[in-house]
Amino acid sequence: MKKAINLSVNGVSHTDEVEPRMLLVHYLRDVLGLTGTHVGCETSLCGACTVMLDGQAVKSCTVFAVQADGSQVTTIEGLAKNGELHPVQEGFWEKHGLQCGYCTPGMIVTAAQLLDRNAAPSREEICHGLEGNLCRCTGYQHIIEAIEYAAKKAGQS
Amino acid sequence: MTDNYMGNYVGQRVKRTEDPRLIRGLAHYVDDISLPGTLHVAFVRSYYAHAQINSIDTSAAESAPGVVAVYTGKDVAAKIGPVPCAGALPDLKVPDHRVLATNKVYFVGHPVAVVVASDRYAARDAADLIVVDYEELPVVTDVEQSAAGGPVIHDAFSNNIAYRLTSGEGDIDAAFAAADRTVKQRVLHKRLAPIAMEPRGVLARYFPGEEELTLWSSTQIPHLMRTQVALMIGIPENKLRVITPEVGGGFGSKLNVYAEEALLGWISMQLGKPVKWIETRRENIQATIHGRGQVGDIEVAFKNDGSLTGLRYSVFADLGAYHQLLTPAIPTLTGLMLSGAYKIPAIQMNITACFTNKMATDAYRGAGRPEATYIVERALDLVAAELGADPAEVRRKNFPAPSEFPFHTATGLDYDSGDYEAALNKAQEIAGYAKLREEQKKARDEGRLIGIGVSTYVEICALGPSQAMPAGGWESATVRIEPTGKVTILTGASPHGQGQETSFAQIAADELGVNINDVTVIHGDTGVVQYGIGTFGSRATAVGGTAVFVAIQKLKEKAHKIATHILQADASRVAFEGGKYSLQAAKAASAAGTSEPVVPVGEAPAGALPEPETEGKSSLTLQEIALEAHVAKNLPPDTEPGLSATYFFEPKNFTFPFGTHIAVVEVDRETGDIKFLRYVAVDDCGRVINPMLVDGQVHGGIVQSIGQAMYEEVVYDESGQLITGTLMDYAVPRASHIPNFELDRTETPSPVNPLGVKGVGEAGTIGSTPAIVGAIVDALAPFGVRHLDMPIKPENVWRIINGH
Repeated sequence: MKKAINLSVNGVSHTDEVEPRMLLVHYLRDVLGLTGTHVGCETSLCGACTVMLDGQAVKSCTVFAVQADGSQVTTIEGLAKNGELHPVQEGFWEKHGLQCGYCTPGMIVTAAQLLDRNAAPSREEICHGLEGNLCRCTGYQHIIEAIEYAAKKAGQS
Repeated sequence: MTDNYMGNYVGQRVKRTEDPRLIRGLAHYVDDISLPGTLHVAFVRSYYAHAQINSIDTSAAESAPGVVAVYTGKDVAAKIGPVPCAGALPDLKVPDHRVLATNKVYFVGHPVAVVVASDRYAARDAADLIVVDYEELPVVTDVEQSAAGGPVIHDAFSNNIAYRLTSGEGDIDAAFAAADRTVKQRVLHKRLAPIAMEPRGVLARYFPGEEELTLWSSTQIPHLMRTQVALMIGIPENKLRVITPEVGGGFGSKLNVYAEEALLGWISMQLGKPVKWIETRRENIQATIHGRGQVGDIEVAFKNDGSLTGLRYSVFADLGAYHQLLTPAIPTLTGLMLSGAYKIPAIQMNITACFTNKMATDAYRGAGRPEATYIVERALDLVAAELGADPAEVRRKNFPAPSEFPFHTATGLDYDSGDYEAALNKAQEIAGYAKLREEQKKARDEGRLIGIGVSTYVEICALGPSQAMPAGGWESATVRIEPTGKVTILTGASPHGQGQETSFAQIAADELGVNINDVTVIHGDTGVVQYGIGTFGSRATAVGGTAVFVAIQKLKEKAHKIATHILQADASRVAFEGGKYSLQAAKAASAAGTSEPVVPVGEAPAGALPEPETEGKSSLTLQEIALEAHVAKNLPPDTEPGLSATYFFEPKNFTFPFGTHIAVVEVDRETGDIKFLRYVAVDDCGRVINPMLVDGQVHGGIVQSIGQAMYEEVVYDESGQLITGTLMDYAVPRASHIPNFELDRTETPSPVNPLGVKGVGEAGTIGSTPAIVGAIVDALAPFGVRHLDMPIKPENVWRIINGH
């Protein structure tokens, strides 16, 4: 019943046999040990499980691992390059964009995509871009400021 | 020390030391820990709110692929003790609350059976094969029906009333008789789901040889949980270790001891293998505690000049089917805070607390105090409306003056310190209050619906003196300086997002004159940290931070003694400054001249500590003293080796933070949509250790308030079915729902602790809802509206505007 899949995660190629019903998030966490991607609701509503799948931010709790066969996946663990934080990661640290940290990986991946699409978003555009991600700690204000910081920082470099 | 002291960390916006692991996805929450051979657990939960269990057929599940064990209530009832309740009230009815249902189920989500299997998919598959034969019983979900003689839920009792309590001081009847006017209002505090983004989870590992059990649990109270679970499953407390790895939010929902925590530990002991259970979000909304759940009537008595003479609140508290840890105590906290920020000569609260066929209510951020603040602030708005007065001025009229502190309330409390008018003035100034009122009037003339809401709140924090707490109100700290000079802090607080790894390190770095990067704060491990109480009730910094501060003073006394000995000087001549104990300048030369040589020692064996080189010095760093203390060859007589100190801080009183929140909203006539125009919050939480963290706490609290005021509500239907069982139906605020916050502070130190800290974890949730509701009601005042119940949705507003 298992099906072979081959995909690249954070630039590393993986081949595994998985049950067709295995969720991508469980493949990343339980098979590959990349536990930075979290599960918060199992129903695509909270966004804690957000990863990049071929450049698109997706909720990995509602994607099957077999659907990612042949794809490129980027998780929170793959955002920093050569020990340098991604500007969004830096922004979250600078602006206190996280408290408990559970929603943070999904928030950061979503925000990275947001800035890929719109390098200088307005406050409204940032809020709209975060519609799919819930945070229960920060009240969002510092997350918005973190993304504004990242946009400014990325614009300077 | 590897880095130099940077100075004055306290009061600065220091970036969090927690964050590098969290922003890179490298932190470990319970589900991120994997142990070889771990088995996974899935629960079968009742889909009826009240039913007799006739039989449970587990045979198909037992033979399903990967299944290792199946347990039902009958298997564990005699093995695992009841789920604990710490509420101690006169004549309290305490139902026998077992970890799995035995003969009956009492709410949707009540655990009935548990499957243990090789992986989480196999466990879930097998759980679905268990057949439970239920016989439905009559259901009561409405708390007033429950009180009035609805179906009795627990056979052991003759009715559903868990307790009745009347509290308060002053002659309430005389107060009402002497008043010029009175006003009444019924208010609803709907049930809320805390929704920590990380659901609950437990990993249990039993070591059969050592007879030791380790529980990794997403909890706010590791030590209290260890004590309670040890008693429940009969393992010696010193053979049970509870570790809280990263905890993804709590908000009170993890200030508890749950059935699943004890059951997982017990299962691991039966099977001799690690077992893991991670709550699904659906389980989380069904079977993690809810907050609020009160239906009450306010009566307020006042004079024509606006001064209050009395307040009565009669409330039905919806406890749910069972008591969790603090369930019955929460409504009593409401009673404590009914004086708000005001002089009210007589206050009475009458509680009727009842069982219903729903999940238990318990502490959710604010825990009884948001209800109190909401009641008092709604009452003040009603008084203002009766008198045609400005709501801010009615509040100002009733404030105690700063000189009246400690201020005794008719609820039996003594507020520590406060300047309520200063916070109100500052908030009004920032908001441009007078101008706002003019703009509002102008807008109304143009047909726009703009409302301004004011809340001048007081909260009770730093819980608390042990006399007022069920299981100790102190907090502990151990501070150690290691032989290399690194500073280790062990705290009994159990932060889960609040940032005390940073703020406690700020306190320590300043007191010890070291770099903050040389301080590590360890928490949440009963195998490492001395007993502690935990993080809840906005207590961690005020009580736990004080314990750190005092432990450091104790440690410095010892360090000073050692320094004095080594420097061969009078104690009075050795002063601590900039991380060093130094001989005072004028006397340094003579003291150095008379110093005796350090006792010579032979060649150190490999692996020994480096040899102290302190001979002939006129100053000693803490690192040098720490090394001397551990090498222990040149210590003063009767001095214990090592350099650490432990302190258990017992506060004398609670602290009482306060502030003013002003919300400005505009209501859309066409759609009933509510939009924030402004949100100003001036909070006073005493001395501030890290303003950035305080801002974050306030933002988060206010947004949970926005949720309560405008979106959130746990809904059960008449048959006890949970209608809001997913995040699709239970509406948590999103980024687009928030205003642009304008925050400021006043700073009135608390006299209760040497840091002057009051606490801020719950302020936003407590101070904010009345401002938001007040603003919406004010916007709709042209339609004769004086009160609306939360959550106020566009539909409610649209109906009012359109007369439906």
